[in-house]
Amino acid sequence: MESWRRNPLVFWVINLPPSLWLLFFFLIPLGLIWIFSFGEKRGVVDIEITWTLANYLRAMDPLYLQIFAKSLWFTAITTLLCLAVGFPIAFGISFAPAKWKPWLLLAIILPFWTNLLIRTYALIAVLRTRGYVNFTLEWFWDQGNWLLALLGLGQYQLLGAQFEALPLLYNNFAVVFGLVYVHLPFTVLPLYAALERMDSSYIEASLDLGAGQFRTFFTVVVPLAKAGIISAVIITFIPALGSFLTPDLLGGTDSQMIANVIERQFKSANDWPFGAALSFILMYATFFALALRALLARGSSSMEAA
Amino acid sequence: MTESAGIGGAGGKPIISIREVSKIFGGAVTAVDDVSLDIHEGEFFALLGPSGCGKTTLLRMLAGFEIPSLGQVLLDGQSLDGVPPNKRPINMVFQSYAVFPHMSVFDNVAYGLKITGVDKAETMARVDEALELVKLGGFGGRRPDQLSGGQRQRVALARALVKRPRVLLLDEPLSALDAKLREAMQLELVRLRETVGITFVIVTHDQAEALSMANRIAVMESGKVRQVAGPAELYEYPNCRFVADFIGKMNLFEGRVTGLAGNQITVQVEGLGEVTLPAVEQAEGEVGIAVRPEKLRLDREDPGAGRIAFRGRVSEVAYYGDTSNIFITDAAGRAVSANIQNEARRTDSHVAVGDDLWCSWDPQDTLVLTG
Repeated sequence: MESWRRNPLVFWVINLPPSLWLLFFFLIPLGLIWIFSFGEKRGVVDIEITWTLANYLRAMDPLYLQIFAKSLWFTAITTLLCLAVGFPIAFGISFAPAKWKPWLLLAIILPFWTNLLIRTYALIAVLRTRGYVNFTLEWFWDQGNWLLALLGLGQYQLLGAQFEALPLLYNNFAVVFGLVYVHLPFTVLPLYAALERMDSSYIEASLDLGAGQFRTFFTVVVPLAKAGIISAVIITFIPALGSFLTPDLLGGTDSQMIANVIERQFKSANDWPFGAALSFILMYATFFALALRALLARGSSSMEAA
Repeated sequence: MTESAGIGGAGGKPIISIREVSKIFGGAVTAVDDVSLDIHEGEFFALLGPSGCGKTTLLRMLAGFEIPSLGQVLLDGQSLDGVPPNKRPINMVFQSYAVFPHMSVFDNVAYGLKITGVDKAETMARVDEALELVKLGGFGGRRPDQLSGGQRQRVALARALVKRPRVLLLDEPLSALDAKLREAMQLELVRLRETVGITFVIVTHDQAEALSMANRIAVMESGKVRQVAGPAELYEYPNCRFVADFIGKMNLFEGRVTGLAGNQITVQVEGLGEVTLPAVEQAEGEVGIAVRPEKLRLDREDPGAGRIAFRGRVSEVAYYGDTSNIFITDAAGRAVSANIQNEARRTDSHVAVGDDLWCSWDPQDTLVLTG
């Protein structure tokens, strides 16, 4: 850094192009959307900037607040499930033999290499009424019936008169399931990084002092991985809150999230000012969460420093 | 092998018996190779060897973090097979100390007591006592990141000792400390062991550390124990070339036994001619003739009969203040090191590079190494 200050030409040659890119393609468009959010729709493409707060007031309508609340709820459950599933996975990988680690990590990252849309359609094929989960369940149902018939209990129809497919798709369950599936790698990777860095002698010391595996996990491993857990929560929560493809394709009529509403404003409803206002409310909520995190981190910085 | 009558009750009943233990990693790397050892109640026992000799693996098998591939470890005559680390009355001070950074000093020390369900009042009393013992009284409320490395190590010690283990294991406990602190800590560990009366087993690669602290030392090389003895015996009577060379400094000559008469043997040594030495069992054929640098004497004149002597030229003088190390090159070009005390106060050396001198030693101080 110091040498760059002494040689400003090099600094600007390297940093000017990305700075300009960020300015023109990120900050300026973002500023435009912010300005739109104070505008009024005049025609099909005309927006007049009147600095009205009407769009923000409209977003406070219970209808939209409810969708905001539902989005937060879905995202919170998703983040918790990702943690519950991702922590054991990350823990397992960090203690796997060294030659396996790259392959296990690859298995976690691999879904990223496939388009989200394709992955979501694949999930539809798995979850739908005539999907693989229900096929498997039906197979078990058939086997069960066959076994019962063999035992001479066939006539009682203990497993029901016919196979009832589970409603796994186009509901809230499908949305949360899909969100967990999509965001799991975001949770696993920061957790893995934190656990991998952890000195294994902390775990050994805990065992040595008489603690069992479970106590060691909850009193030593989890607290020491706290920084990684916070990162994992943020990095999972933020993109999950803005999801629109997953609820759009997997959800039912009542499982839309706020991003679906925003998308509709910009496309079918053609109400850019309102869509912009909703976008910024979502962003402010995210900033609030980050500020909260920073505040929490400051409270425990003495722990993480060690 | 004669067992030295150490200070700490060597010859008492073994608290730990290591029986024909081997550890093979991944079916290929033999870290510990058929080791049998007894560690006695109240001893300060050191496992000494260069890095990669298997000493840490052996220690980790005592703690239960590694399982012997062959053989077994007994504690008070009971096999430790299948006993996990948290069920062994053995505690360990880790090389990195492993003081939990998210707990206060008090909570660190109390950790092991809470698990065993010691009540609150007793926990308080025992933690305070343990912290006093390691001179950290009043530090209970501190967080580990407010402590120095030496203080963190004391926390690790207190945390292990508060459990009143049968055996305390220390894995390279002084390696992260600076030289001054390390010296002070060596003395303190010895004092601590005498106070608590617990058997200490320490792993170290530093021979000076082992010699000054332990009352019995096992020297290891490539997974095998080469010699087990007290510090003085190990230094004065090493049983093989490896131990002779690893413990302290040693001048080594190669020779061949030419005769055995009564309690004396004659050895033909290159550069020294035929020398007569006190007899050693099983000395025949090729042997190593070794002598410590401080046993050598330098003279201007021929030291006369009764001493093994050769004439050489001073090639290098290394001045250490209290002593000087003089390198003498003989006619064959071999350098021998002599350590001499700088007894009188003077700033010029009485031995200078280029001086021709007689270098001699008493045959009684000579070691005949067959291994």
